[in-house]
Amino acid sequence: MPALTNIAGFPILSLITWLPLVGALVIATMLRGDEETVATNARWAALWTSLLVLVLSLVLWVSFDQSDPGFQFNESVIWMPEFKVGYKMGVDGISVLFVLLSTLLTPICILSAWDAIKVKVREFMMSFLILETMMVGMFCATDFVLFYMFFEGVLIPMYLIIGIWGGPRRVYAAVKFFLYTLAGSVLMLLALIAMWVQAGTTDIATLMQTAFSPHMQTWLFLAFFASFAVKVPMWPVHTWLPDAHVEAPTAGSVILAGVLLKMGAYGFLRFSVPMLPDASTYFAPFIFAISVVAVIYTSLVALAQEDMKKLIAYSSVAHMGVVTIGIFTFNVQGISGALFQMLSHGIVASSLFLVVGVVYDRIHTREIARYGGLGDRMPGYALVFMLFMMASVGLPGTAGFIGEFLVIIGSLQVNFWLALLGGMGMILGAAYMLYLYRRIIFGRITHADLRGILDLSTREWVVFAPLIALTLWMGIYPSSFTSYFDATVGAMVQHHTAALAATTKLAGIVH
Amino acid sequence: MLYALAVFAPLAGALVSGLLGRIIGDKNAMGASILGMVVAAICGPLAFWQLTQGAEPGVLDLGNWIESGRFHVNWALRYDTLSAVMVAMVTFVSMLIHVYSIGYMGHDARPKYRFFAYLSLFSFAMLMLVTADNLVQLFFGWEGVGLCSYLLIGYWYDRPSACAAAIKAFIVNRIADLPFAVGLALIYFKFGSLEFSTIFPAVAAHGSDTYALFGTTFSSIEVIAFLLFIGAMGKSAQLGFHVWLPDAMEGPTPVSALIHAATMVTAGVFLMARMSPLMEYAPYALGFVTFIGASTALFAATIGCAQNDIKRVIAYSTCSQLGYMFAAAGVGAYEASVFHLITHAFFKALLFLSAGSVIHAMSDEQDMRKMGGLWKIIPVTCLVMWIGNLALAGIPPLAGSYSKDAIISATYASGTAIGYYAFVCTLLAAFLTAFYSWRLLFMTFHGKSRADHHALEHAHESPWVMLTPLLVLSVGAIGAGWALNEWFIGADFQHFWNGSIYNGRGSDIIEAIDKVPDWVEQAPLVLAVAGILIAFVMYIVNPLLPVRMAQVFGPIYRLFLNKWYFDEFYDRVLVQPLIRLSRILWQVGDATLIDGVPNGLAELTSDGSKQIVKIQTGSLAVYAFAMLIGVVVLVAIFMLSR
Repeated sequence: MPALTNIAGFPILSLITWLPLVGALVIATMLRGDEETVATNARWAALWTSLLVLVLSLVLWVSFDQSDPGFQFNESVIWMPEFKVGYKMGVDGISVLFVLLSTLLTPICILSAWDAIKVKVREFMMSFLILETMMVGMFCATDFVLFYMFFEGVLIPMYLIIGIWGGPRRVYAAVKFFLYTLAGSVLMLLALIAMWVQAGTTDIATLMQTAFSPHMQTWLFLAFFASFAVKVPMWPVHTWLPDAHVEAPTAGSVILAGVLLKMGAYGFLRFSVPMLPDASTYFAPFIFAISVVAVIYTSLVALAQEDMKKLIAYSSVAHMGVVTIGIFTFNVQGISGALFQMLSHGIVASSLFLVVGVVYDRIHTREIARYGGLGDRMPGYALVFMLFMMASVGLPGTAGFIGEFLVIIGSLQVNFWLALLGGMGMILGAAYMLYLYRRIIFGRITHADLRGILDLSTREWVVFAPLIALTLWMGIYPSSFTSYFDATVGAMVQHHTAALAATTKLAGIVH
Repeated sequence: MLYALAVFAPLAGALVSGLLGRIIGDKNAMGASILGMVVAAICGPLAFWQLTQGAEPGVLDLGNWIESGRFHVNWALRYDTLSAVMVAMVTFVSMLIHVYSIGYMGHDARPKYRFFAYLSLFSFAMLMLVTADNLVQLFFGWEGVGLCSYLLIGYWYDRPSACAAAIKAFIVNRIADLPFAVGLALIYFKFGSLEFSTIFPAVAAHGSDTYALFGTTFSSIEVIAFLLFIGAMGKSAQLGFHVWLPDAMEGPTPVSALIHAATMVTAGVFLMARMSPLMEYAPYALGFVTFIGASTALFAATIGCAQNDIKRVIAYSTCSQLGYMFAAAGVGAYEASVFHLITHAFFKALLFLSAGSVIHAMSDEQDMRKMGGLWKIIPVTCLVMWIGNLALAGIPPLAGSYSKDAIISATYASGTAIGYYAFVCTLLAAFLTAFYSWRLLFMTFHGKSRADHHALEHAHESPWVMLTPLLVLSVGAIGAGWALNEWFIGADFQHFWNGSIYNGRGSDIIEAIDKVPDWVEQAPLVLAVAGILIAFVMYIVNPLLPVRMAQVFGPIYRLFLNKWYFDEFYDRVLVQPLIRLSRILWQVGDATLIDGVPNGLAELTSDGSKQIVKIQTGSLAVYAFAMLIGVVVLVAIFMLSR
């Protein structure tokens, strides 16, 4: 079997994954000229690299076969034969859209950091491209070891982005972020080894077909949970997120909210649910409980925030609570809703961080009380903000509604109260977002420095335009996106039901 | 085609004026928005007319919307009598409000394109709601009107009170929308679809389905009906959820007219009629609908009697009239309820817009205590306001008398205990309605002037661009009842509705309206006239009487004046505790408890290492000794474990 071929005729996934790294290496060699020249060159090189990657991923988007529930564009190279570990790449309906989300948000981040990052521009751009390689690689990996490497690899550039270009408490935030997420990862590594011992392979597709004993599943689930719950983040291990967001530069927040927060939920979908069906079912009520707490608790906390970024960070935790509820309903609407919510949150929350970034770049504070009355001076900004606020609140016709609604539909099939309490975000979300909007956009201008504030620049409009288009597109015609994962989710639910039935049958034989 | 144009022309107008407003200028933006609305107001009623002339009802498919496994909903426009009636009314009234706004907003300093874009968008959302072919699209319109009401109530966003009212409207609506959304999920769970064409035929088969809740089982249809009605209570400002509606008048007056008459608040009533095939299988839920409706009708009317702000009186009157509509829906007389919805749209739009004309004339004064005797200065406004109030009070042959009397008769005819309760409430409310309406008229237009000189000097009749819509609406307020009675609740009403509204008990309830005893038929009119006379005595003959009565009945007066203290109650019981809780969760929950663990661990680590450092004495002997102990322990463990 030729190792690196697939229906695209060339190893497209590897190309998408490693091209940013190549770009980063090229930027690394850019040393000539004064600091300003280097910075400009680095910016343009990073932008063009990421745009090229985006175009390549659009090829993926177009040629993906939506009716195939399995992995596509598979690439496989024997890597560590003695351990049966391979360099295996592939995307299915669940991961393909996240590859696109990553490749879309990267150029947007680079563009948004254009003027905002003033020191070590070259290193910043390199970090971002390396981050892109890690993110895309993580979504493409179909071998557990490879996945693990990318999964951990993401941490490093993100750690640097927060730690070097962050706010005043950046080191505290970066270390907290690193330790929290690393602590879980160690346990995942143990789980990985245990699975390898049992199954003799680290190929994800094979692992999905391997039946682990219910007892072993329980321990594996807990190990995975430790890692993924921190990444989601789920209550009560969410407190690293507000700190990380507050200290991260805008672009860092965007990618953190947009892609990195999806890693945990993606992990649940890729490993916990398909590989550990019994344990997942066993722990589902527990997940529901802490997810509902997350939705209500963090929404309330968001209401009390005085820092714009913190508020949106807390809202992210609440939104991800809806995602974890959806995943563990184990029905098509719930999981599809969770996936859609992940994608829409990836667009909407990132946009909201960009929205915050716009005024932060001008006034250099995130304190809500320092704003007010911007509607007069910045009508365009007010409009963009309004759109993303409504999407965040889940207004029908925007991206935010579809996921939330599907999760409510899915969770009602499990339990009435789960649907009602999980949906509380609909109310509380409206409360904290409208309150935020009021304090920033409405009212009269009272702070003198706001009188001269300028509306969105052309570059900012360029940044927002694709996000606005996507937010509406996802809300008005979501089928363009759900059709990508419909087959995979359907197969996943079937697989789950069959696996549970098999366990029950087995238990019957034993007794 | 006409029908689709009626729905989407306002959207086009909204987009052009909203997005291009700054480029093409205020005048053109206004023009675009009004053009869209005029097109809609021609197409909407025409589409309705075609239906009455025998055009086939149907569904206009616009494309797929959400798909997930078996879950499937389309964007589609439903063309049947109920939808078409609503489209005709919404487009027509909204168009008049658009035209009126040209004059009313003429002096506003802000760019006006934004206002007109919101108005058109509001109309579009309402049109999507009433033409929905499935509950999700209905929810789209449902939330859309919520958004637009937020935008319009908060239009003057530099006023704190307007911002607060806007947020309040949105959030109170959202609180009711959550049960509504859960209700949709339950419908999907039980019926496997959210499309009307699948749900309605299947209701009978699901009649005995049960759903476990609160540790016991209920009929699932009942649970669904309850959840949907809670949604309707929010949108239609029924008792408990009514608090947003009076505050909604913080928006410019045309907005109040649009919210209270044509769009938004009628959505809940429409939902009841639209879901009648399901509601009819939920007798307990319907009883609850009647109870809430009738209670709201009376409750809001009592508040209306004690308010001094001209718009506030009318706002509570809306609340009260919506109660009538729900009372009718609850006893199964959906036709009467939609009838009242339509006639109410005319006279309530008329009342609000003429109140706007008064406010416009009085340099933005809204307090009726500072008016009086205005009829000489603004005679046309006075005339149309009289017409509006005559219609509202149900004085024959104006519009209100047909629809309101039909509702009161229907509650009596239903023959149930809850029906009689509704009958008593609505009768009393009819009396109070007449009283507060004439209180408003007398305080504003008649008697001695209490206005200050400056306001009076500038007082002037509104321009024709405002008066013309008022006159058109007056025609509706006078004639709508007479013109529509035969269609809506006449002998051949089932032919007219053509199956778009379902009556579980056959056509009994509508036919019974005409068969109630004479005294039931006469009572509303007698009480209304009594209300007018009492108002006349209190505010014209002896203007000191109200003051004395307020003193004598102090507690009751204060209760009514302070709106039964609902706002205060919610503030203390819900809002403040939640805000306190959110601070506690943040500062204690997150910052102290949750972060305490990792921060504590970090301190433990650094403290621990400081202690361990002390072991490093640098003495080789100590190290060697420690090593020896270690070896011994290891060997011991090894030996033991073997």
